[in-house]
Amino acid sequence: MDFPILWMKIAVVLVGLLATVPIMLFVERRGSALMQDRLGPNRIGPFGLLQAALDVVKFLFKEDRALRHTNQAYFTLAPWIAVVPAFMTFAVIPFASSMDWDGRHVSFQIANLDVGILYCFAIASLGVYGIIIAGWASNNKYSLMGSLRSSAQMISYELSMGLSVIGIILSFSSLKLGDIALGQGQAFFTVFGHTIPKWGVLIQPLGFILFLISVFAETNRLPFDLPEGESELVAGYHLEYGSMKFALFFMAEYINMAVASALVTTLFFGGWQMLPGFPYLHHVLFGSAEFQTQEIARVGFEALSFLSKIAFFMWLFVWVRWTIPRFRFDQLMHFGWKVMFPLSLLNVVLTAYLVMKGVL
Amino acid sequence: MNAEIIAFIALSTIALVSALLVVLRENPVGSAFSLILSFFAVAGLYALVGAHFVAALQILVYTGAIMVLFVFVVMLLNADKPVLDFLKTSKWIKMTGAAAGIILLIVTGIALQPARTIQATGPWSTEQLIASGGHTRVLSLSMFSDHLFAFELTSFLLLAAIVATIALAKRRRS
Amino acid sequence: MQFHPWMLLSVGTAMFFIGLIGVVVRRNLLVILMCIELMLNAGNICFVAFSRMHQNLNGDLVAVFVMTVAAAESAVGLGLIIALYRTLKTVESEKLQLLRD
Repeated sequence: MDFPILWMKIAVVLVGLLATVPIMLFVERRGSALMQDRLGPNRIGPFGLLQAALDVVKFLFKEDRALRHTNQAYFTLAPWIAVVPAFMTFAVIPFASSMDWDGRHVSFQIANLDVGILYCFAIASLGVYGIIIAGWASNNKYSLMGSLRSSAQMISYELSMGLSVIGIILSFSSLKLGDIALGQGQAFFTVFGHTIPKWGVLIQPLGFILFLISVFAETNRLPFDLPEGESELVAGYHLEYGSMKFALFFMAEYINMAVASALVTTLFFGGWQMLPGFPYLHHVLFGSAEFQTQEIARVGFEALSFLSKIAFFMWLFVWVRWTIPRFRFDQLMHFGWKVMFPLSLLNVVLTAYLVMKGVL
Repeated sequence: MNAEIIAFIALSTIALVSALLVVLRENPVGSAFSLILSFFAVAGLYALVGAHFVAALQILVYTGAIMVLFVFVVMLLNADKPVLDFLKTSKWIKMTGAAAGIILLIVTGIALQPARTIQATGPWSTEQLIASGGHTRVLSLSMFSDHLFAFELTSFLLLAAIVATIALAKRRRS
Repeated sequence: MQFHPWMLLSVGTAMFFIGLIGVVVRRNLLVILMCIELMLNAGNICFVAFSRMHQNLNGDLVAVFVMTVAAAESAVGLGLIIALYRTLKTVESEKLQLLRD
C-alpha cells in the first residue's frame, strides 16, 4: 500500500475537480452567450476570466440566514450529501495507464475496485438523497415538489443508465474500469492501412446514445432540467438556499457533469487511450530520449487525451443545454420508461447474442 | 487494535445506533433517513469483510432504490409530520417490549456461542479469492452456473412484484 | 485482537432484535415496514458472516437473493399502504379496524 503515491493521486483528483467548477462557470456563461449571439460577462479580467473568482467572493460574503421554518440540521446537511458522492465517483476512474517509476509500479487510478462500474452507479444513486432532503427540509411546497420530481426522474433514468452499460461489460468481460479502458486499445479492424482501436462507441453505438441521454437526465441538465427550471417551479429544490449552500449545489451539479463526462469517456471513448496522432507525436518528440522520460511523456500524453475527451463532453453538455428546449415532466417519464428502458433491454439482448457468436 | 478492528467498531456502532434511531424517532422521515445511514454503514461492513459485490448491491438496491421508494411514499402520503406514537403507548407495553427484546438477544447470544470458536476454513479464503480474480468474478461465476435457476426465479418474482404494485397503487378512474 | 466473523454475527443479531422491537412497539405502518426491512437486512448480515465463517460463497449468494426478494416485498408492501391510505386517509395501524364490530 504505497501511501504517498495514493495521497498524491487523491490530491490531484480533488484539485482537478475543484478547479473544474470555475472553468465550467466561465465556459458556460461565455459559451452560452456566444451561442445566443450576445457577449456574456467580459468586463472582469481579460475576456471575463476572473468572473468566477468574483462569484466565489460574492458567495462567501452573502448573508446566510438561518431560516426558522426549516429543519436546521437537514437543511445544512443536504448540500453536502449532494456534493460528496459526486467527488467519490472519481475514485475508480483511470486517467492514464500505469508506469514503473523509481522501482514502484504507479497506476493512475485511485482504487481499482473489483466492482468498478457498480461502485459508480451505487454512489450516483446516493446523490438523489441530497435533492430529496433539500426539498423536504425547506418546508416549502414548491421545493418539495421540485425535489420529488427530480428524484423520480433520476431513479427512472438510473435504470437505462445501468442497462446501457451492460453491453460494454459483456464485450470486455470485466466490471473494472481499468480493464475496460485497457481493453479499448485492442485493434478492431483495419481500414486503409490504419488500425481502428476497439473503442466502446464503435462496438456499442446504441449503448452510447442511451447512456449519454441517461446521463443528461441523471445530472439534471437540459433537456431534463424541469426540477430546477427557472420558469417552472421558481427554482425547485434549491429555492430556499443562499450563498455558500447554494454554491455547494452549483458545485455538485458541475462535478456531476464532470463525472458523467469521465464515465462516458472511459466506457465509450477509450478513456486514456491516446487520440489519433498522439502516438506519432510521442514517437517524434521523445523517441530518442531515455526510457524514463519516454514513459513519463507517454503517461502525459495519455492524461492529455483523457482531459481533452472530458473537455469535449463537458462542452457538449453546455452546447445541448442552450440548444434544446426542456421536456415536460410526463414526457420525461414516458421517454424514460417507455422508450429508453425497452431500447436498453434490446441492446443487452443484441450484445449478448453477438458476444455469444464471437463477433464482439 | 489494528485498523480493521477500529473500522469494524466504528461502522457497527453507526449501524446499530442508526437502527435504534429508526425505532425511537417520532418523525417517519427521520426514521427513513436513519435507516439509510444504517444501510450505508452495513455496506461498509460488507466491504470490510471482503464481500465487495454484496456491498455494492446493498448501496445500489437497498439505499438507492428501496429507501428512495420509502421516502417517496412517506412524503406522498403526507406522513412527514411527527407522530406521537410513544406518548399513546402505555408504559407497560414499552417496558415489556424492551425487556423481551433484550432477553431474546441474550438467549440468542448464548445459543450462538459455538460460533466464537469456529476455525474459518473452506474453499474460498481471502487469498484464493484475490488469486481467482476477485470476489465479484467468483460470485458471478457461481451464480450463473450453479444457481442459475434461482436467478431466473428471482427475475420472475420481481416481474410479479412490479405487476402487483402497479395494480395496487394505480389510481382508479371511476 | 483479530477480526472474527462472530463479531459480524453479533451485530446482525442485535440489529434483528432492534427491528423486532420496532415492529412490536411502533404504530405507524410505514415505520413498521421500515423495521421489517431492518430485520431482513440483519438476516443478510448474518448470512454474510456465516459465509465468512465457512469461507465459501453460498452465504453471499443467498444475501444477494434475499436483497432482491426484500426489494420486491417492500415495493408490494408500499403499494398496499398506498391503497390502504385511500380508504383510511391515515397510516396509523390503530385505525385498521374496519372488520371490528
